[in-house]
Amino acid sequence: MITADRKPFEEIKESVKDYKKIMVLGCETCVAICQAGGEKEAEILASELRLAFGNEGNKVEVNDELVVRQCDDEFMADPAFLEKVKEADVILSIACGVGVQHACNFFNRTITDKPIRVIPGLNTTFMGANIDVGLWEERCLGCGDCVLEKTGGICPIARCAKSLLNGPCGGSSNGKCEINKELDCAWNLIIERLEALGDLDRIKPVEMYKDWRPSHSGGPRKRVREDLRL
Amino acid sequence: MKSGSNLERLLEKGEFVVTGELGPPKGPDVEVVKKKAAMLKGNVDAVNITDNQTAIVRMSSIATAKILIEEGLEPNMQMVARDRNRIAMMSDLFGASAFGIKNMLCLSGDHQSFGNHPEAKNVFDIDSIQMIYMVKTMRDEHKVICGDEIEGDFKMFIGAACNPFADPFQYRVHRLAKKVEAGVDFIQTQCIYDMKRFKEFMKQVVDMGLHEKCKILAGVTPLKSVGMARYMAANVSGIIIPEEMIDRLKGAGKGNVATEGIKIVCEQMQELKETEGIAGIHLMAIEWEHKVAEIMEAAGFLPRPTL
Repeated sequence: MITADRKPFEEIKESVKDYKKIMVLGCETCVAICQAGGEKEAEILASELRLAFGNEGNKVEVNDELVVRQCDDEFMADPAFLEKVKEADVILSIACGVGVQHACNFFNRTITDKPIRVIPGLNTTFMGANIDVGLWEERCLGCGDCVLEKTGGICPIARCAKSLLNGPCGGSSNGKCEINKELDCAWNLIIERLEALGDLDRIKPVEMYKDWRPSHSGGPRKRVREDLRL
Repeated sequence: MKSGSNLERLLEKGEFVVTGELGPPKGPDVEVVKKKAAMLKGNVDAVNITDNQTAIVRMSSIATAKILIEEGLEPNMQMVARDRNRIAMMSDLFGASAFGIKNMLCLSGDHQSFGNHPEAKNVFDIDSIQMIYMVKTMRDEHKVICGDEIEGDFKMFIGAACNPFADPFQYRVHRLAKKVEAGVDFIQTQCIYDMKRFKEFMKQVVDMGLHEKCKILAGVTPLKSVGMARYMAANVSGIIIPEEMIDRLKGAGKGNVATEGIKIVCEQMQELKETEGIAGIHLMAIEWEHKVAEIMEAAGFLPRPTL
């Protein structure tokens, strides 16, 4: 899933201070699961803004709305919802960066008589897993060429601070990474897992240079499935 | 000959070599380089030039290495994977070779979070082992990674680091074997204080015959004070300093700790010389270049051999 954190309240407040009608728009998928941008968080943020502006004697209307996924047209196409979007001065999206951009794109494609302003209320962080209650960890960088079959199912690209393909570096100490004693050394985990599997020989040959073209280094990526296109 | 460097030829001849280390200044001050170079000249066989070590911005290792050549010393240019992609690395290597630099050390590099620009974006396009292979391909096949021919003669004696004190311990020798497989010519180890663990490591190296496929230089750093020892043990990844060594420094008493530190390093150097598989010493007297002559003399390593 994609994880995110809410921006500091003061930063959010500053970003919407010039508008009179604000719509806080939650997203019910990834950011709802990581409790950063779902229904509850949209309601809370809207209340906080109302209270803060109200205390300053600033008459601002703040509403909250929720869509299933801001990264998909079909969940935002309801005409009554679009009417509310049109009435707002600003849409404060608390989806991930994908949702913010897609909502902006969709609203401006659909509502043609008025430009729609969409701004973010979250900082999108990473693609990760929910490890424990209240704990998420990064697991994938979307490099476009998965190596997990060689590394015991532990990604050295995402989980090694230096993305080493022939680790561990000299900074691995007691199973932890040199940059942070709280962080597991990915290569230590890889070696432990491969040893348990009896597959340690898999990482003994030199792993050659990675082709970064399928990653973001090759430019912004596009995925086309011709068989699914209309 | 791989590059015909002084270091390579001495090792070929079977001499027990000693390399030193010079940290470039945090600015373009050539005098700092010249001053440190003068302290090392004649006392070591080649000098490592660090590449923005601990991710702190300094004069480039290539430029510093060039100044060293002008001063009559032989540099061993360090290159880290943190700050350059493969394009920049190969380009810089051409430049280094054009300047007459004949030794290099391939390193991953300290993470930028340790340095003075922790907000920087890192590169890590290729890792240190891939870097070894890249330089070997450039030298032996006369090709850059993509297969294009290199114009002119590219010669380099290829070094890399090895840290027997990092974890997992049982895997360290296999990582060294990967460096050998990639084509490394010589290895310089992390600072050794825990001689017991180092000898255990060297036994594995010798059992695998790795010392016959590359020259291994044992890394040592004299301890200046008890505080330095404690700091390094606690904060520098992959450094183990046994309590007995710290106790010995403490026992030397006020005013005598530095002398005791030098005594310890000399004893280590002599012991390492007798250790099977060790072809030389890498003496890292960090910001203590003025003590190198004294250490080398006391250890009985002077004068340096000539060709």
